[in-house]
Amino acid sequence: MTNSYAATLPRTQMPALLRYRRFLLLLLGLAALSIVPFALEDFWVFQLTLVMASSIALLGLNLLTGFNGQISLGHGAFFALGAYTQAILMTQFSVPYALALPVAGLLCLGFGMLFGLPALRLEGLYLALATFALGVALPQLLKYRHFEAWTGGVQGITLSKPEAPFRLDLTPDQWLYFFVLALAVVCFLTARSLLHSHVGRAIVAIRDQPIAAAAMGIDVARYKTITFGVSSLYTGIAGALTAIAVQFVAPDSFTSLLSIDLLVGIVVGGIAQLPGAIYGALFMRFIPTLTEHLSKSATGAIYGVILIVFVYAMPYGIAGFVTRMFMRLTQAMKRRGS
Amino acid sequence: METFLHQLFAGLATGGVYASLALALVMIYQATHLVNFAQGELAMFSTYTAWAMVSAGVPYWIAFVATLALSFAAGAAIERLVIRPMANAPILSVVIVFIALLLIFNSMAGFLFGTDMQSFPSPFPELEAIQNPYFSAHEIGVLVVTLAVVFGLYSFFRFTSLGLALRAVAVNPQSARLVGIRVGSMLALGWGLSAAIGAIAGMMVAPIVFLDPNMMVGVQVYAFAAALVGGIDSPLGAVLGGFLVGVLENLLGAYVIGTELKLTVALALIVVVLIVKPSGLLGKTAVTRV
Amino acid sequence: MRNLRASYGQGHVLHGVDVDVALGGVTAVLGANGAGKTTFLRAVCGLVKREGEIHFAGERIDQLTTEDIARAGIAHVPDGRGTFGSLTVEENLRLGGYVRRDKAAVQRDMARMYEYFPRLQERREQQAGTLSGGEQQMLAISRALMLAPKLLVLDEPSFGLAPLITQEIFRIMRAINAEQRLSVLIVEQNATLALAFADHACVLETGRVVATGTPEFLRDDETIRRAYLGY
Repeated sequence: MTNSYAATLPRTQMPALLRYRRFLLLLLGLAALSIVPFALEDFWVFQLTLVMASSIALLGLNLLTGFNGQISLGHGAFFALGAYTQAILMTQFSVPYALALPVAGLLCLGFGMLFGLPALRLEGLYLALATFALGVALPQLLKYRHFEAWTGGVQGITLSKPEAPFRLDLTPDQWLYFFVLALAVVCFLTARSLLHSHVGRAIVAIRDQPIAAAAMGIDVARYKTITFGVSSLYTGIAGALTAIAVQFVAPDSFTSLLSIDLLVGIVVGGIAQLPGAIYGALFMRFIPTLTEHLSKSATGAIYGVILIVFVYAMPYGIAGFVTRMFMRLTQAMKRRGS
Repeated sequence: METFLHQLFAGLATGGVYASLALALVMIYQATHLVNFAQGELAMFSTYTAWAMVSAGVPYWIAFVATLALSFAAGAAIERLVIRPMANAPILSVVIVFIALLLIFNSMAGFLFGTDMQSFPSPFPELEAIQNPYFSAHEIGVLVVTLAVVFGLYSFFRFTSLGLALRAVAVNPQSARLVGIRVGSMLALGWGLSAAIGAIAGMMVAPIVFLDPNMMVGVQVYAFAAALVGGIDSPLGAVLGGFLVGVLENLLGAYVIGTELKLTVALALIVVVLIVKPSGLLGKTAVTRV
Repeated sequence: MRNLRASYGQGHVLHGVDVDVALGGVTAVLGANGAGKTTFLRAVCGLVKREGEIHFAGERIDQLTTEDIARAGIAHVPDGRGTFGSLTVEENLRLGGYVRRDKAAVQRDMARMYEYFPRLQERREQQAGTLSGGEQQMLAISRALMLAPKLLVLDEPSFGLAPLITQEIFRIMRAINAEQRLSVLIVEQNATLALAFADHACVLETGRVVATGTPEFLRDDETIRRAYLGY
């Protein structure tokens, strides 16, 4: 699946609007996003904050599974790790949230790389099981009574939402929104430049042709471990941010279902496509509430049906669908032009 | 010593359930290179239909057979309607479809049958003659039934033409077509069988863990682990893996970590096995031609 | 009587190919690499998308699926043998007879295959994948014959085989063709072998038939001789 917008018009022939479309869309998007918190109630601002945090998590998972081909059914564990680290640092050690965040991230980076080492020996399904085991094991560990002093056991830990700094006239929800937005932009830009660099090419080469990649001199082990680490870093940061936003962490928020939700998110959003993280995050956050709305008792069934419809209609995710629509548009324009 | 033997037998009984589920997983995997993640939920749903029949007064064994037939039909229908159209979709999309099926069956069970825990009858009478501190009549019954399933499947594949045709489809679908085998029907048959096996497993396990929509989640995870530990392309491995996992789960739970971290430690051990021997105990290490 | 007649354009690879196989006859399709020979055979057996007409024993079969074409009596021995690697030799043969009703006849045919190819009998309980190339080819042909077909389709049977084995296989096939009046459609790169076996041949070049006729006719034609027979 090409991740460049392989339009059929050569760039010079496109009208300026289309040629710089990505840049313009980005500006437009950022502008809209910056106005939004002032136009909506705090509740929706909160929801959008969660969406952005989720998109960072999906970015991480997509990096590992979509671009590098290592299936992870346990990324919920890194999400939880980031969230709990943030919570423990803030409550037990009174670390300010902005400092606790990078620590949580680095911890996840470390653990991710650590997990990436044995993951080297496992392929496909076997890796899926191992990561799934991780995803299932962590909540149980979090509930374990010997760790209760740290983790708060089944009750979990409550956090306080940070106030806007420098006495800015923003509600805590609005401030958090901009904080997360800024981080999300940074994460996306970093991911993008990573993928466009030689590192990114190596990562994708390892997914597509691992033997050829190794034969070309790419240090497969190193890149795979690094990718695991970076992916966990992103997901951990997302977890920490979500913890701050929700003001609460408890083992039952991080069951294996979360890992499955993340995987669903990247597939529905679009595998190996950066914008997919955004679409996927929107899907993750809003569709379950929609299905609950439609039917209280059969909500899972409706969600399942929606999933199947999505996968049939858009096997390459929403991002893939959007790309195809765009290609059709440029093809139509070319036909009219020539 | 008494508790040890007791745990051992209990482990073998549940191990038998894991073994038959793992075998069904391997069967589907060999034929399609897909892992049926939704197998547990399908099995649970089948068990609920059996329960509904029994609650309505239908004699146990009639309900048992009827459930098998219904499950077989459901499995074949799923293959034809949901799986076959996805034949050329990217693998992760297919995984999502399985997850969707999983959610649908889980939710429908709660919707149709309620979410309260129900008790499910065991067909094996607790006769005076066999009372002992080591194993219950049900456990022996489960062992007998699952061994019957395993041997039944083995004989089917080894000695019948239909079984041979199914194996042919798994090995080389194109050549199977060239000898006139209708591959699509074979796949539907395989799925039907797998669903029926799942139903048996569900009905065997329900008296032990009580019937509720999440009954099979843990069981399915263990079955999945058993299949992988044994080697996803080895039926014998699946069976051995199943018994191994069953016994391990019980012994660890009783002697080492208590039931709290049972799942965690068992899975951790499985991961260690996989790291030491990545393709499972009896799996063939794939030699890839470059 | 016309046994098989195929004429179609397959869009990308074949551009209107007309081939006839007479009842009980052997038709060879020759051509260089990439001429479309294998695609042609695959199209006949329904393994690739095709357009056009294929007549077999008075019926049109171009709309049928691969399985149904096999059941209609066309046995295809694909390039690369297509054996069921992890199944035994005997199981491979049994699969050849899978669709036939008369189980006693199937047993008799299996015995006959072992007569034609004694090496297979020696190895009957061995996994097919462990056989040598020549033995696998024998197995593939036997399996095809187990269908009791009216038409045998062979795709490059000599590929990758030592000359002695190839000659043995062709000798046996000639015998079978003579004994049972089984029609054969064979695609071969080894033109000499093929022309010695066939009674009718045609030459494909980039998806088109450029020459057709008896082997003598083709051998007499200088350009064909130079291009495909090497002398």
